[in-house]
Amino acid sequence: MNPDTVMPDVEALVTEATNAIAEATTTEEIRSVGAAVTGKKSPLAEASRALGQMDPEDRKVLGQRLGEARGVVEAALESRRDELRYAELAAEMAASRLDLTEYVPGSVPGPMARGHLSLVTQTRDSLEDVFVGMGFEVAEGPEIETDWYNFGALNIPPAHPARGMWDTFYLHLGEPESTLLRTHTSPVQIHLMEQAVLNGTLPIHAVMPGRCYRRDTPDARHLAVFHQIEGLVVDRGITFADLAGTIETFTRAYFGPDIHSRLRPAFFPFTEPSAEFEVTCAICRGEGCRTCSQTGWIELGGCGMVDPAVFASVGIDADEWTGFAFGFGIDRCAQMRHQIADMRALIENDVRFLRQF
Amino acid sequence: MRVSLSWLRDFAPFEGSASELSAVLDDLGLVVEGVEQVGEGVGDVIVARVLEIGAIEGADKIRRVVVDHGSGPIQVVCGAWNFVEGDLVAFAPVGAVLPGDFAIGKRKMKGVTSEGMLCSGRELRLSEDHAGILVLNDTPGAEPGQLLVDVLGIVPDVVFDIAVEANRPDAWCVAGVARDLAARLNLPFVIPTTSDLVERGSGSPAPVPAAAAGPDVASLASVVVDDLELCPRFTARVLTGVRVTDSPAWLARRLTAAGMRPINNVVDASNYVMLELGQPTHPYDLDRLPGGGLLVRRAEAGETLTTLDDVVRTMGRPGPGLGDTGQDCLICDAEGTPVGVGGVMGGASSEIGDDTSRVLLEAAYFVPMAIARTSKRLNLRTEASARFERGCDPAGIDRAAERFCELVALTAGPELALATGTLDVVGDAPEPLEIAVRPERVNALLGTEFDAATIAGLLEPLGMTAAPLGGSFDPVAVVVPTFRPDIRPAPMGEADLAEEVARTYGYVRLPRRQPAWPQPGGLTERQKARRMLKDVLCGLGASEAWTTAFLSEADLLAADATPPFIEVANPLVESERFLRTTMIPGLLQAVRYNAERRQGDVRLFEIGEVFARVEIADPEGPPAVETERLAVVFCDAGDDAMSAVAAWHTIADALGLATWELEQGPRRNEASRALHGHRSGTILCAPDADAGFDRRSILGVVGELDPSLIESFGLVNADGRPRRVGWLDLDLGVLLDPRLAPRRSLHAVPPSRFPSSDVDLAFVVPDEVPAQMVEVTLRAAGSDLLESVRLFDVYRGESLGEGVRSLAYRLRFCAPDRTLTDVDVGGLRQACIDAVESAHRATLR
Ligand SMILES: [Zn+2]
Repeated sequence: MNPDTVMPDVEALVTEATNAIAEATTTEEIRSVGAAVTGKKSPLAEASRALGQMDPEDRKVLGQRLGEARGVVEAALESRRDELRYAELAAEMAASRLDLTEYVPGSVPGPMARGHLSLVTQTRDSLEDVFVGMGFEVAEGPEIETDWYNFGALNIPPAHPARGMWDTFYLHLGEPESTLLRTHTSPVQIHLMEQAVLNGTLPIHAVMPGRCYRRDTPDARHLAVFHQIEGLVVDRGITFADLAGTIETFTRAYFGPDIHSRLRPAFFPFTEPSAEFEVTCAICRGEGCRTCSQTGWIELGGCGMVDPAVFASVGIDADEWTGFAFGFGIDRCAQMRHQIADMRALIENDVRFLRQF
Repeated sequence: MRVSLSWLRDFAPFEGSASELSAVLDDLGLVVEGVEQVGEGVGDVIVARVLEIGAIEGADKIRRVVVDHGSGPIQVVCGAWNFVEGDLVAFAPVGAVLPGDFAIGKRKMKGVTSEGMLCSGRELRLSEDHAGILVLNDTPGAEPGQLLVDVLGIVPDVVFDIAVEANRPDAWCVAGVARDLAARLNLPFVIPTTSDLVERGSGSPAPVPAAAAGPDVASLASVVVDDLELCPRFTARVLTGVRVTDSPAWLARRLTAAGMRPINNVVDASNYVMLELGQPTHPYDLDRLPGGGLLVRRAEAGETLTTLDDVVRTMGRPGPGLGDTGQDCLICDAEGTPVGVGGVMGGASSEIGDDTSRVLLEAAYFVPMAIARTSKRLNLRTEASARFERGCDPAGIDRAAERFCELVALTAGPELALATGTLDVVGDAPEPLEIAVRPERVNALLGTEFDAATIAGLLEPLGMTAAPLGGSFDPVAVVVPTFRPDIRPAPMGEADLAEEVARTYGYVRLPRRQPAWPQPGGLTERQKARRMLKDVLCGLGASEAWTTAFLSEADLLAADATPPFIEVANPLVESERFLRTTMIPGLLQAVRYNAERRQGDVRLFEIGEVFARVEIADPEGPPAVETERLAVVFCDAGDDAMSAVAAWHTIADALGLATWELEQGPRRNEASRALHGHRSGTILCAPDADAGFDRRSILGVVGELDPSLIESFGLVNADGRPRRVGWLDLDLGVLLDPRLAPRRSLHAVPPSRFPSSDVDLAFVVPDEVPAQMVEVTLRAAGSDLLESVRLFDVYRGESLGEGVRSLAYRLRFCAPDRTLTDVDVGGLRQACIDAVESAHRATLR
């Protein structure tokens, strides 16, 4: 058999099909065009069926050409379909145009129920309120910090083993490990002292709440992102006795009159002398229970007298000014107050949890 | 660190209960994390031989066992299966009281009487093994009827698990803990002799063998230190004729109690010295050191060596990050081939083996920072590196090496000889510090009134010399020994010593005082405004979310955020590699989380930071751009763009914004394609020109989120189409700054006492004209007499035609000083109509 007599003009088939595709103007049309040019009854499909009667050599050549042709047609179909779908979506969106200034007061239904603040906010606010009542200002600072503010100025030089106390998220900004997400709110202390020296506005009495980051896999007791509040007092005549008194006043004001505090020696590079502070276990009221490992005390945070090396790094004369600093976790206070078994409840944003508080 | 009370008592005669001593240790800053009683309640337990084991009818878990407990056979019932007839086991007879006040009585099980109990190691608190009965076949001298405590040499003891702070390497050993404790309890502190140790350890005075004097050490081995900067002191001693065998039982028991596994007398002696005195040492088989000695040198860049843990390490190149110099100290054989990383880990080739006969003991001081850098970069932390990086005592080396030799001599056999002398290479090792401590300075820090004598008396028991230089408040000359590297030179050192004074005195005894100052506390205006905003949002039915700042690039790109984003160098997981530039992904994830729990009708808000790169790096400026934003997602039933607009009106009013305007359509800015192109807008206002700001302030965006984006979060209606989700996103840096977003005047305007007149006007206005512009025109035309203008109806319908709508306004006119007449109002009405018609191609309806 002479193949030319049955060999269809594939080029013409393709042209015919792509013209039909280009002429479609709605997604509805493109659907029927698609069926017509690639469906079972399409010329392409018929040509493919005819292959069966050809001799193998011709079948191979024509089969390949038909396959390519089908590819071209399907690509054209898909691209046109996307175009039309996008255009229709855009038209639909345009048709739904809303002049936002056509706001008719009272016409928008109000909420069914009041929303709830995050426990972190509630806890932070009440901590701030206690400290404001004690004469503290509230200061804030950035969450992205340089190595100097987060470590260096706090008497923690590069590669110092004490850095192991903080697992740090470093950022690809500048030199390697030069920029990081702050691991504590202590850099705000450095900013405050620098500003006070620059502007001649010492003394400082401030608390610094804020978000911090440590590279710990979140579990029931730790979150990689958490909130901390620190306090800093730099003034004349400030002693460890003032620190202990401040901690005690705060403890009783925040946790209740029968909750007390005690300090015990500890090590922090940025304070000297340093202390951990513990508060009476609220579960057993100091009698000793499982929560407090039978000690009657719960560890809350760290504190101490500002290290002279920190004063040196911000240019404060350690013989004229003394100061104390303290810090503890806001989330941890929330956890204690509300007996939250798993801290991750705080970041799930489940409204059934939020609505409880 | 596990420290037993019996070991502490080598140094001072401590009395008191475990809990009393724990409390004192806590108050010294040596925090006791656990207390374990060992060897108590086992005094009644005896050794017995298993004679016969038989089944009990109807029981497949327990068996009848007959044992000989020294005074004839006795029958017990036992549930353990790890012994056979003939074994020696631990047996508690009737009347015995085991640890935990567990009294043994006569019991009957399945009709069989049990006249006591066979005990596991766990029941006796001697080991963690609770799988089976304690079998004593291998215990030398065990015979039926003997007391277990005699056979095992058990002395009731208490083990404290103490957390030592990172700055107290001196306290990271038994001697250090004992020194602090003795200082506080006012007891004499003495480092015991080896014969004391033997006597206390084994309970009886015994002749203590000593090594014979050998030849000059330099004839047996060599030490060359090429790098005294990294290793300022290196010593070596040589023992010959060493027999490698087991350690004395008392020594092995102490190591076990401290959590270390006994290995052989040489390695154990080295470990014992480290636990006791805090000085790591390293014994080498001298015959396995080519060249017969050691060379200490700096690693060449890229040099490799295989450490004891079988890992090939590349040395001498700085790692990423600040502060790493890439300077590593290598211990090599005398021919220069590395055998270990100085102060971190030894090598396998020169380990002590059973056939070792000549031992070279390394006792050295390495520069702490160098060890810290090497250990961090190699991620290789050992008992030795942990101590060296905190700082060991360069002067304590000799005592440690001596103790090692004395301990080895106890078991090393009659051939043992100690080479005469020490190979000792010394560079610039730390020296004792002299600090003049001013009592006034100590008191200024502590709030105390200590005089010079008191301060000296509190420092001396810590091993310092402290001599008052004159009167009661003149300085005290303190010499700080080299085992206290945490004490810095003056002036910092004065604060360090103040802490020591406080510790010995007792933190709990220090005075307390509530300070007072004249400056008032308070929140800043911005902090107050932020709190108020949160309250307003709760009133608007939105709950506060806290969403992650860490997102994937795909999350951010889906929200049309503009790269490049700030990348975290070491994210916890790959999907948290970038810092958010928008809160859209976080809040939509939170909505989806709730929707998946059938709580999809929610409004959520968040106030938090978003992060962007600085365009031009300024070394003095902040490393990144942080913006505090408020974002609200409106996904309650019936919510759409207008819900967000309504919320914005409330917020603007609550903040007291003077003016603002809404520009239809999102501007080409961050995340603009995440917003619905036809149902969103930009909020702007005119800044305070007097404060020097001229560009209009962009307060944020309001409207609806893009339907495709909403669909991609699976937030769809029952018909499968995306929900309408309202969105309000405000830049608090601008919004809460009154210079950028001016507030209404503080001046009070008394409300007029005269009646007002209302005029309702409805205009047919082309769709392109925002309703807000009509209002602006009305306000201008209505002059000061226009008290308020309020849109109250919007109507579209076929009767009006295509592309227009009717906007109905209620205008309220009022004068401060008179009642407006009909003529006044009529004139104002006409002025308003004329203005709107001419300005907006509008017609009065
Ligand atoms: Zn408790």
